[in-house]
Amino acid sequence: MIYADRTRLPAVGADPAFSFPAIVRHTLANGLQVRTVEHQSVPVVSFVLLIEGGSGADPSDREGLVAVTADMVDEGTGSLSAIDVSDALARLGAEYDVDVSPDATIFTLTTLARFAERGASLFARMVGQPSLLDADFDRVRQLRLDRLKQLKDLPPAVAERAFLRLLYEHHPYGHLPIGNDAALRAMALDEVAACHGAAFDPASSTLVVTGAMAHDELLRVANDAFGGWTSHDGAGTVSTVAADITPPAAAQARLAVVPRERAAQSELRIGHLSARRDTPDYASLVVMNAILGGQFVSRINLKLREEKGYTYGARSGFDWRRGIAPFVMQASVHTAATADAVRESLNELEGLRGSRPPTDREMSLARASLTRGYPRNFETAQQVARSVAQLALYRLPDTYFQEFMPKVNAVTADDVIRVAERWLDPARVTALIVGDHSAIADSLGSIGLGEPQLLPHEST
Amino acid sequence: MHAPALPFTKQTLANGLDVIVHEDHHVPIVAVNVWYHVGSKNERPGMTGFAHLFEHLMFEGSEHHNSGYFPPLQQAGALLNGSTNTDRTNYWEVVPTSAIDLALWMESDRMGYLLPALTRERFETQRDVVLNERRQNYENRPYGLSLMAILSALYPPDHPYHWMTIGAAEDIKAMQLEAVQEFFRTYYGPANASLVIGGDVETARAFELANHYFGDLPSGTRPAPVAASAELRGERRLLLEDRVELPRLYMAWHSPAMFADGDAEMDLLADLLANGKTSRLYRALVYEQRIALDVSAYQNSRELESFFLLVATAAPGRPLTDLAAVIDTTLQDVVASGPTDSEMERSEAQAEAHFMYRLQTVGGFGGKSDQLNAYNVLVGDPAYFDRDIERYRRATRKSVRDAASEHLRFDRRVLLSVVPKGQAALALPGSEAVAVS
Repeated sequence: MIYADRTRLPAVGADPAFSFPAIVRHTLANGLQVRTVEHQSVPVVSFVLLIEGGSGADPSDREGLVAVTADMVDEGTGSLSAIDVSDALARLGAEYDVDVSPDATIFTLTTLARFAERGASLFARMVGQPSLLDADFDRVRQLRLDRLKQLKDLPPAVAERAFLRLLYEHHPYGHLPIGNDAALRAMALDEVAACHGAAFDPASSTLVVTGAMAHDELLRVANDAFGGWTSHDGAGTVSTVAADITPPAAAQARLAVVPRERAAQSELRIGHLSARRDTPDYASLVVMNAILGGQFVSRINLKLREEKGYTYGARSGFDWRRGIAPFVMQASVHTAATADAVRESLNELEGLRGSRPPTDREMSLARASLTRGYPRNFETAQQVARSVAQLALYRLPDTYFQEFMPKVNAVTADDVIRVAERWLDPARVTALIVGDHSAIADSLGSIGLGEPQLLPHEST
Repeated sequence: MHAPALPFTKQTLANGLDVIVHEDHHVPIVAVNVWYHVGSKNERPGMTGFAHLFEHLMFEGSEHHNSGYFPPLQQAGALLNGSTNTDRTNYWEVVPTSAIDLALWMESDRMGYLLPALTRERFETQRDVVLNERRQNYENRPYGLSLMAILSALYPPDHPYHWMTIGAAEDIKAMQLEAVQEFFRTYYGPANASLVIGGDVETARAFELANHYFGDLPSGTRPAPVAASAELRGERRLLLEDRVELPRLYMAWHSPAMFADGDAEMDLLADLLANGKTSRLYRALVYEQRIALDVSAYQNSRELESFFLLVATAAPGRPLTDLAAVIDTTLQDVVASGPTDSEMERSEAQAEAHFMYRLQTVGGFGGKSDQLNAYNVLVGDPAYFDRDIERYRRATRKSVRDAASEHLRFDRRVLLSVVPKGQAALALPGSEAVAVS
């Protein structure tokens, strides 16, 4: 036996060939866009339904309406009560969930292939004809009000809420999908019904079906279940303007604190509004972010975690949407290290824009980690269906997956510097700290962002 | 005899390392998964948190790659991580097929040659990182210290499940580098490890590579199994004040060890009681009476013995005594008549589906490679997948009822009330305040 040569790391071979899933598009008679993808591994089928309108479609005095409406989808349909729906899903061994994002609402149902027809049929009835009963609405709303109360104790949730409001102010993207207490209390069931009628329209929705069946079989399952879905009054009138409304521009860099006495750590959010998902600079921004804070071996994490020991982990990213999205660096840091951690983060932001441009090694690592690992995102039917739904959400071509790797591999260090200069701007950054204000107050001056604005604990 | 759902081939190298290979060529990726049969149960009072801190050090470099573990692997497109629990520590990489050699080289180098690269500075930094992890995930999180209080009550101070895997803050602060070195020598040899190579690789080639990279590592020792047992002699009522808005009730019981008789039944009981709107407690507490915001139940299966945990958060203004009364009545019903046929059918359908879903990914936490290692390390048989699902198929109304009646006894449980600071009166009557940090 010849044992390993430990004087050098083994070479990595040529990237293995991988065929990205072929997407076939169909349109049902009711206008529903269907995309089928064959996925041959385990006998499982996944349905992902994308409905236009997310939290950005909430009326300004009814923040949380779209999320409540989405929540009502599994609360009963036809003769089935909420309990019956839950029971039926369980008997199919189905996994069901819903994700309300700023621009769209995405439902996922995964089931065993042998239950594909039954699962699809139940799913179609749930989304198309929810019962929308008073008692269920009242319970769902109360659970959300109680959940809001609980979120006040959760530092990351407090930070998310306050940060969105600081960045977007009263723009439709300026709130969390769960909304706020006053809006939930004021909400009426007929508003939910109207929201459902406007948004849940086959003609503006997309269904992705992925599983171990041929395209025509997948289409047949979709058509049998969703072909009878009809529009309600007001269909297609859900507001999708959020993406086109220009959010406020921060005039200058600022510091804000949500005081949380005796907090064991400080929750940090540092960033500003930046680019749209459809920017031509997308690939360069993804590489830039990988270097700055998008992976374990990124500047922010290596600095704050591996060098300083301030945190369990620090990262950065774009919270993408169709309209202008935030770029944010985030970490939960030891209280005593708060000001230092903010300063070091800002320093990394500044550095990447010129004084410390990306090295060849960083460029190569970022590109490789983004592209070489890409095929593993297509292992399960649900992963594939969700990825294809993202293409529908951002109106990307069906060739997107094939094109992603070459596009990322073409990004140069100059591209990264250029997009960092264009899309990152320390001069208008907002730094938010949710933490023990009395313990950190004296150190905040050292950050150089002036006097902090103190925000009430519940700022909306 | 039909084909196994999770086929594999197993060989044991001369140095005692178990190697298990599973082929799956759907995606050009390979999963490398290593389990060390050591967890926080191998720690001693006063030195808790050791196994987990050690896991962090495994990412800081080894003798022949004396810098961070991540960069070469990320350069190759890998996803990687590790975790520690009471019973075991696992490490994994998912790499493109082209990087299988690299992943095996890296894993074998830290298995064989960690200590020469372990400097005091790296150790001290990771100690700080872990203290941050503890603050972020436990101290600064609502209800984050509850489990600590429950474990302290379920198990006596010298029992290896008495403490949380994250460890006590003062123990972490007091850790010494020399003790870390000793820990590595005791637990991190091939004889105490199990390697799975899964995915896009031919079986013969995988064994050849395993031998090439791991075959010359010194065997190390296989530490004696840890033995311990604990029992409750009554009902213990505890109270913890926390920074929370809504009071929450925890009920905990001792239950059968992972894979032991009754373990699957306890799992089914958890489903029956609190999984989904149809479950008995969700329906009663959240859906019909609306006195709780949420309810969950969980059979926490572990190697030495398990515990069954029921958790419910009170709706605003609703007393925990009301929740406790409904829970107790529901438990009495289950003990008296067991599940219905309809409930058993539903549970079985869910179990069948979940076992199928578990076959979808080759790597990572819970992927096929991780499951093969779990079965190999904890049962001594990687083929256990099919027997595992059989446990759920074999369960009957009677066996579930018997498990409930034997294990969910009112006179042998821990009841923990977590209440907002300064509102101790919201706890169940007779609760004794506990201090955890």
